[in-house]
Amino acid sequence: MSLAGTTGILDEVERTPVAARPRRRRRVRLLPYALLAPSLLFLALFTYLPVVRVAIESLYDQPHGTGAGTTFVGLGNYAKVFADPAFRQAALNNLIYAVGTLLPTLALALAFAVAVQRSTRFSSVLRTVFFFPSLVPLVAAASLFFFIFLPGLGLLDYYLAKIGVEGPNWLGDSDVALWSVIGLTVWKNAGYYMLFYIAGLQNIPRDTIEAALIDGANAWQRLRYVILPALLPTTSFVVVIALINLLTSVDHIIVLTRGGPSNATNLLLYYIFQSAHENFEVGKAAAATLLSVAVLLAISLGSMRIMERGTHAKA
Amino acid sequence: MRRPSLARFQRRLWPALLAALLAAVAFLWATPFLWTLVASFRPEGAGSAGMASLLPDTPQTLENFRNAFESGSFGLYYANTLIVVVGVLAVQCVTVSLAGYAFARLSFPGRDMLFYAFLLQLMLVPPALIVPNLRTVVDLGLYDTLPGVMAPYFASAFGTFLMRQTFLALPRDFEEAAAIDGAPWWAIIWYVLLPMAKPGLVAFAIVSVTAHWNEFLWPLMVINDPAKHTLTIGLAAFTRGAEGGKEWGVLAAGTLLVMAPLAVVFVAFQRRFVDSFVFSGVKG
Repeated sequence: MSLAGTTGILDEVERTPVAARPRRRRRVRLLPYALLAPSLLFLALFTYLPVVRVAIESLYDQPHGTGAGTTFVGLGNYAKVFADPAFRQAALNNLIYAVGTLLPTLALALAFAVAVQRSTRFSSVLRTVFFFPSLVPLVAAASLFFFIFLPGLGLLDYYLAKIGVEGPNWLGDSDVALWSVIGLTVWKNAGYYMLFYIAGLQNIPRDTIEAALIDGANAWQRLRYVILPALLPTTSFVVVIALINLLTSVDHIIVLTRGGPSNATNLLLYYIFQSAHENFEVGKAAAATLLSVAVLLAISLGSMRIMERGTHAKA
Repeated sequence: MRRPSLARFQRRLWPALLAALLAAVAFLWATPFLWTLVASFRPEGAGSAGMASLLPDTPQTLENFRNAFESGSFGLYYANTLIVVVGVLAVQCVTVSLAGYAFARLSFPGRDMLFYAFLLQLMLVPPALIVPNLRTVVDLGLYDTLPGVMAPYFASAFGTFLMRQTFLALPRDFEEAAAIDGAPWWAIIWYVLLPMAKPGLVAFAIVSVTAHWNEFLWPLMVINDPAKHTLTIGLAAFTRGAEGGKEWGVLAAGTLLVMAPLAVVFVAFQRRFVDSFVFSGVKG
């Protein structure tokens, strides 16, 4: 995103006689910073300083409710976090959750996009149906799936019983619970990423596909050698925003499982939430927060070039 | 004679099969919502064994909605959510318009660096920083207040980026004419640029309202007083409450109440919603 080459309107103002007076000129120079100030104030309070704050807090031990003062413990909190089986479990779960959600979500998003890209009435209804889950609050989705996953009486078991299948305890079995949560997330997000693929498909020049058709490429070959490569920027872009999303939303965990059974659905952000909000372990929560900030930055910066390409393509 | 007709039959069969498959998947996708609709109008007497049925019962009832409103004080939750959503959007409109204008039209030392500093918010999304932000909110004396829920969102990198793009796409002639006539910067933004930038503002408003209507974790941490609960917190408490009992119809009604306003607006302005969300991917 190039910022060069914009000649500001204020340059024009400076050339007018009114702006030539020194006091006026000074104000004009300060103007850009004054316009940015309100945003910068809140960015400083809630984006920049918090990172500094957790970085410092993560080096101290602040016992809760004992009345003891804070003591410097260096990297002690990080050692404690890494030694905590719950944290390791949460990190591993988050990895499984991210990969396990990402692959089916991307495949479905692309399949939906290919299926509904034509502008017929039927397609537009399907588009709405697929997109709709991403519009509802994650909490509402969790409430619905609470009933869907209900053992015995729930929607899933009720209809599985009709075809003679007995489902597992979807949220109560520690081997199954994380996959149930993954199912919910795929259902919730696939339609959202579908939108990007629809936009991406529309940007593929028609002649490229027609050329492939003339060369006798069948549907699979067209997808594999023409459409997928052309959608690579879209895919990279979707992967980044999906990963950030998968690391920073745990509303459904809070409503459905509270990280259980026995930490089977604990995710990083839920671990942080628990340490801070339920166990009052400030130092540990700070250390875990900084670790997740590092992961987020690594994902984003690692893909910065791709993201820039993505926004260029759209602009 | 036979082969061509067979080929034609096949040519017609495949699209029909695909359409049928697609319709089946779409039905599966819509099932949770269909159940919510059916169950929320189902009379309590239907018994919990048939609660999962997707077939509507004949005597429909609004009883579940009345129960939801009474036991869950949904009226209050609506009011609180509206305050948060409107409050955040109002402040954001000011901050992103000013910052977007500065980045689009003014040149000043440090502009690129500041722009990247803004973009940092797209990566360090507020949910990741709930722990330190809660302490900041406490320090500011905003704990357990609705402004405390709103404050972290008053600056928006996504909104700034979107307004910058919108302003950049506008012709400069009008503002230059206004500047020659001696109009001050705020008059240029308010009377010249913003009226032309309405599509950008609308796109931003759609994304912002959806995000904060649906938000849960942050208000859950900031708000303690039940009288200040938002819809999502109310619904979560409601879901936990329904766990034991036979109140599935009431839960379905409550979920429907939370989803309905956005759903109605979406159906009315579908095209705009979709465009806004495609652009909002930049938000992450």
